[in-house]
Amino acid sequence: MRVLYFGVLKDAFGCENEELELIAGATVADLLRGFRGREIGREGFWDSIAVAVNREYATGGVGLKEGDEVALLPPVSGGLDEG
Amino acid sequence: MRWLCCLRLVVDSMRVEIVDGVIAGEEIVAAMKAGADGAVCVFDGIVRDNTRGRRTLHLDYEAYREMALEQMRGLAAEAVAKFGVRDVALVHRLGRLVVGETSVLVVVASAHRGAAFDACRWLIDTLKKTVPIWKKEQFVDGAVWADGEPFPEGIVVGGGERNG
Repeated sequence: MRVLYFGVLKDAFGCENEELELIAGATVADLLRGFRGREIGREGFWDSIAVAVNREYATGGVGLKEGDEVALLPPVSGGLDEG
Repeated sequence: MRWLCCLRLVVDSMRVEIVDGVIAGEEIVAAMKAGADGAVCVFDGIVRDNTRGRRTLHLDYEAYREMALEQMRGLAAEAVAKFGVRDVALVHRLGRLVVGETSVLVVVASAHRGAAFDACRWLIDTLKKTVPIWKKEQFVDGAVWADGEPFPEGIVVGGGERNG
């Protein structure tokens, strides 16, 4: 399963995507749990992100299967500047 | 099914784009005007020269392009359904932008101004929270990915335990 990284994650991991081995029955929440040990340098970062499965936002309970395109999305900052 | 087909037609006819070059704002706005319109409301998001007093050199925008475009199409269709406006244009630029350049353009055409203002405001506010686009701010003394706005409830996965 290919996992895509964007924004701060792409810089933190030093790559745009990785091929990860999928454990049978794994969900979006399981996947995130696996990433939690990785330090991003922003407090509460892993609680703030969204996950897209096949280009749609997915909640924690969504099951993953081989061939899915999964993306880890930090809080978005398109449009104009803050505040 | 018929309703879905109609929605599809509406979406296909609207100008929703992610571009790598300059956004031709005046042309886009001019092309939006039709006889049935009494109002065209434009939001032009431009690069400011500072963030909280820190001087900005330029911004680099990147996107999860395919998903961002799908999300923007969805927002345009939702704005028409929600506010009853006639037409929406939604254009976002990616890549390196300098101070004063347009990063995002929202144009809403409607019979009446109230709906046009409301839809325009809703579109930019929602785009900023839900469309997968990120920007890196290059300051004179370093670069940083903008913090971004928190995802709305229902999109954020959060602790994983909650939803999982």
